[in-house]
Amino acid sequence: MIELENVAYSYGGGELLSDITLKLAPGSFHFLTGPSGAGKTTLMKLCYGALLPTAGHVRLFGADVRGLGRDDIAMVRRRVGVVHQDVQFLDHLDLSENVNLPLTVSGRSADAAGGDLAELMSWVGLTNRANALPPELSGGERQRAALARAVIMSPDVVLADEPTGNIDWDMSQRLLRLLIELNKMGKTVLIATHDLSLIRATKAHVQARVLRIANRRVQLAGADL
Amino acid sequence: MKPGAGSLRALLAGDRQADRVVPPSGFTAQLTLFAAGAMAFLAVFALALSLAAGRLAERWGSELARTATVRIVAPLDQRAAQTEAALRILETTRGVATARALTDAEQQALLAPWFGPDLALDALPVPRLIEVIEDSDGMDAAGLRLRLAAEVPGAVLDDHGRWREPLVQAASRLRLIGWVSIALIAAAVAAMITLAAQAALAANAQVIAVLRLVGATDDYIAQAFVRRFTLRALSGAAAGTVVGLIAVVLLPSASETGGFLTGLGFRGLHWLLPFLIPLLAGGVAFAATRAAARRTLRGLS
Repeated sequence: MIELENVAYSYGGGELLSDITLKLAPGSFHFLTGPSGAGKTTLMKLCYGALLPTAGHVRLFGADVRGLGRDDIAMVRRRVGVVHQDVQFLDHLDLSENVNLPLTVSGRSADAAGGDLAELMSWVGLTNRANALPPELSGGERQRAALARAVIMSPDVVLADEPTGNIDWDMSQRLLRLLIELNKMGKTVLIATHDLSLIRATKAHVQARVLRIANRRVQLAGADL
Repeated sequence: MKPGAGSLRALLAGDRQADRVVPPSGFTAQLTLFAAGAMAFLAVFALALSLAAGRLAERWGSELARTATVRIVAPLDQRAAQTEAALRILETTRGVATARALTDAEQQALLAPWFGPDLALDALPVPRLIEVIEDSDGMDAAGLRLRLAAEVPGAVLDDHGRWREPLVQAASRLRLIGWVSIALIAAAVAAMITLAAQAALAANAQVIAVLRLVGATDDYIAQAFVRRFTLRALSGAAAGTVVGLIAVVLLPSASETGGFLTGLGFRGLHWLLPFLIPLLAGGVAFAATRAAARRTLRGLS
């Protein structure tokens, strides 16, 4: 589904990632951990074509990312839902319009997806906030809305970069449960986090592979987590 | 982003949802409307100037091209005989439709602006003038000159080319200046709209980043901007054109004494031409915004 083979990424003259080989198989659940600045976000961006590797190969749904045009990348992003720590919305659109945005840009009408949208808003517990504007939302609401937006196209893969970075523990657990639920529906999930307690709390509910970035390389984390 | 009927159709049909994803932009909207309106107003006058100059060039050209004058400069006692001789030659010259000597009254009228109405032609060595009108085939001026030189020593043929050509050339240049002005106006509109579009794209960098993240294609994003700027330019130019046309209608009407300036305006079907200006402005805005959007989007991941 998403494969990285001997990937390196350099920035500003220095190598940030080196010799990364990683495969996100369908239905798998991964955590990506490591200290701040280790390259978690960069690795995530490589996984949805926002960055190109300086060496090695990134294959997105079987196609080498270097061979993909800008429109092809856009199509890939319809199959990969992304949640960022600093989630961005269009502030002039209300929450339901923001969540519906992937459908809008892909030419699917909001009316046709009306049922899905209402169901999704209910799933993330934001039904009563559907008409709110993004600046009116709390951190937790923004993260849940971002997750709803990331999955409205029913993507094959969900990438979450520090999704719980700005929210409290209870809200983190709630968000995590939603991600686990998605995985049980067959979606591939990759969560980048430096919060090890989050990983420990998840282990009881889902079989997750924990990867750690250290010294520019990705390695399988041990039992110390 | 391939240009074509599809993108034009999409532009005209619009997409309410797509239009909503780009937030309304204040000053760039007003700037585009104002620039397109002002430029369309100026373009109406440039077009009127160009068309009026064209008419003038055509009139001068056609009115003078088929006429010539023979001057008989001879002592008073030989003037009548030489005039008769010249007329006989002209009657047998191929390409001459008519030839007649101007009467004393006509010559007096021609000189009246300088010498007053009571000029006695007999008291001055004023040459006798013969008006020559050519037929559609035209005459051989060089051959006629040779014949006149041989048989009527006091006759001088003036085929008006000496002063017709500079006038026609001046009018043609004026017409060219009009068209160049229109081209410059279109270029200025393109430049202003490019700047406004770039400002709008820069101001909406975050919107564009979100749209790219959720899978929007460059075409989709560009179209939202292109449609907005094209419609603004179209409506601004339409308003400017209407105001320009009203101003042209209110100009003093053409008259014999008014000369060129009072002839500035449109005649007949030419009144329809200014309505192409908004379409031109729309086309320019479409191309300028599209190019600006392409450049900006290509720089984003």
